[in-house]
Amino acid sequence: MIFAGIDVGGKNVHIVITKDGTILAKVEGPTGINKAEAAEKLYEEALKKAGLKRGDISRVVATGSSGSRVAFADGVIPDAAADARGVIKLIPSARTIIDVGAEEGRAIKIGPEGRVLDFAINERCAAGTGTFVDTMSRALEVSVEEMAKLSLQSTRSIPMNAQCAVFGESEVVSLIHQKTPKHDIARAVHDAIAGRVSSVARIVGLEKDVVMIGGVAKNTGFTESLKRDIGMDVNVPDDPEFVSALGAATAAATGVLEEKVEAKVVEKEMIEEGKS
Amino acid sequence: MVEAKKVEYWRWPEASWVNPDIDWQKGKLVTVGVDVGSVSSQAVIMVDGQLYAYSNTRTGSDSPDSAWKCVNMALKDSNLKVDNVDYCIGTGYGRVNVPMAQQAITEIACHARGANFLYGPEIRTVLDMGGQDCKAIRCDERGKVTKFMMNDKCAAGTGRGMEVFADLIRVPVWEIGSRSFQIEKEPPMISSTCVVFAKTEVVGLLQEGVPENDIMAAYCAAMAHRITELLNRLGMEEKFAITGGIAKNEGVVKRLEKELGVKAADKVWYDPNMRDKGLPFDTQIAGGIGAALFAFAMLERGKAQSARKA
Amino acid sequence: MLANYGFKDGSGNWFLEIDSDKCNGCGKCVEACPAKALEVGEDEYDPFREESVAKVKAEERKKLRYSCAPCKPGYGENPTPCVAACEPGAISHADGWELLYGQK
Repeated sequence: MIFAGIDVGGKNVHIVITKDGTILAKVEGPTGINKAEAAEKLYEEALKKAGLKRGDISRVVATGSSGSRVAFADGVIPDAAADARGVIKLIPSARTIIDVGAEEGRAIKIGPEGRVLDFAINERCAAGTGTFVDTMSRALEVSVEEMAKLSLQSTRSIPMNAQCAVFGESEVVSLIHQKTPKHDIARAVHDAIAGRVSSVARIVGLEKDVVMIGGVAKNTGFTESLKRDIGMDVNVPDDPEFVSALGAATAAATGVLEEKVEAKVVEKEMIEEGKS
Repeated sequence: MVEAKKVEYWRWPEASWVNPDIDWQKGKLVTVGVDVGSVSSQAVIMVDGQLYAYSNTRTGSDSPDSAWKCVNMALKDSNLKVDNVDYCIGTGYGRVNVPMAQQAITEIACHARGANFLYGPEIRTVLDMGGQDCKAIRCDERGKVTKFMMNDKCAAGTGRGMEVFADLIRVPVWEIGSRSFQIEKEPPMISSTCVVFAKTEVVGLLQEGVPENDIMAAYCAAMAHRITELLNRLGMEEKFAITGGIAKNEGVVKRLEKELGVKAADKVWYDPNMRDKGLPFDTQIAGGIGAALFAFAMLERGKAQSARKA
Repeated sequence: MLANYGFKDGSGNWFLEIDSDKCNGCGKCVEACPAKALEVGEDEYDPFREESVAKVKAEERKKLRYSCAPCKPGYGENPTPCVAACEPGAISHADGWELLYGQK
């Protein structure tokens, strides 16, 4: 049977079509202003890419900040649930998930079966998200990929004063005027956001294996800064920005059309988890 | 800080004034408050605690430059020189680097004092929004701080948040307030609480053909709502006064008063002498006033030595 | 005087409140804080006050949310280290920190 997972994020929609656990097609496109329309249009694109028709899909599960806008979804699950299902499938040893997208960031603690035990979020603030990275790269007048490469060349750490994307932009401009080398500025940017992201991760506790997903996971400058900050290795699966959608498709495959996730699952339950 | 633009949509006009009724040479203690902010800087000169002169200028390339700029502007129509000053206190964002100051005091303490001087001893809650921050302050009848809450981390709810918006829709900040009322019906407020996300939301609204004035109303409403949350969290006590640049934006002030259910003190001098003489009332000088008053108090209480050279 | 250090941003209210009327400047909170975000020094908000008071370091104020988060203020019944260390009960995290923990 064939299933589809649709992750409607603040900036992008990611769609995955799976059959027997393998990905047949994946598609990414901008969410734009009309989210329902974007989901619809990209779904058609994904079907075309897989050479399928709508009727071939047995179940569709949506997720993401605007997952509920997917009119044709059979079910909607929370981001944390989708992330957990997607990650545990790819990396069974994963225990801590860090998911940073364009507009939100979250850290999730999962058990050996992929059950969500705890999670913490950072939302409605660009400073801890991909948007911060995009804004700073524009101030540096380089692409995000170039900024990542530059960052890896730096050997010194300059703390950024600003903790906001707007003030950060001025600070970067200021640093450029002061003739600070671009690679050091690039690293400062990644160090700054890594610090904010890691503080959210520390709430759930950093237990290995730490896995990073979401668009920002593709940024090697960021992942290096994060590894340095937490003093641990960070595992990034291929196509990290599609993992949430994959999780939604996995939920569809197991017949899960809705899910409730709880934070602060108590120790007692964690012991039971270990038993099962 | 930012490259020169053809039209600066986000600068308030500069001003200066000297009190024609005060002869500084007949006074005992000349004190100065210099408030170096991120966007604007003010110098306030007092003679024995009476307002003698002030200036409101655009912040320069750095703190010392801004300090000299506003001080020189305040002194330009007077024969008073910096050497005649007994004590000078710096405040604001750039307070640690004010060359002519003997001491620095935080703008929270200075704004409370300044609001007390401008609006009177009945003021118990002060809202100040500057270029890069927003402060909610509770004070007593002497203008002494009893509680405060400040944000200078996040651009939303600061002057910068309004400037970014002004730049985006290409309307000068000083027009936004009045234009935001040239609408048929109050629109829903901008839902994004982050300036960067709000920009995207505004672009979306513009693309949908929503009239500009309506968007201005929506943005001002969002800012007013945010300030209301901060003030409610602080705990409001009347009378309530607003200082800083935001006081000049009626679009935010009126909506704030409506949501709070409290009217802000009228922008007139508490002191009837000042009021009757038609002295200009500039909410942006509150910090500088507070600093100059602290300087006066320090000298009077023997906590500071006069630095006067001539 | 109730000093609220921290900030309000799009994601919530992140303040740490120190009551300078209760604070005796003992410095136990400074030692207890794993993020080293606190210090004891002169009262910045009352220029005429002589006694020292605990406060958040200037460079920490704009990132207080990120520094405090690992201690999980408002997460459960246990107080954060700084609150637990303070005998006069002068220090506390203002409410609102619960926004960090599992809502979606």
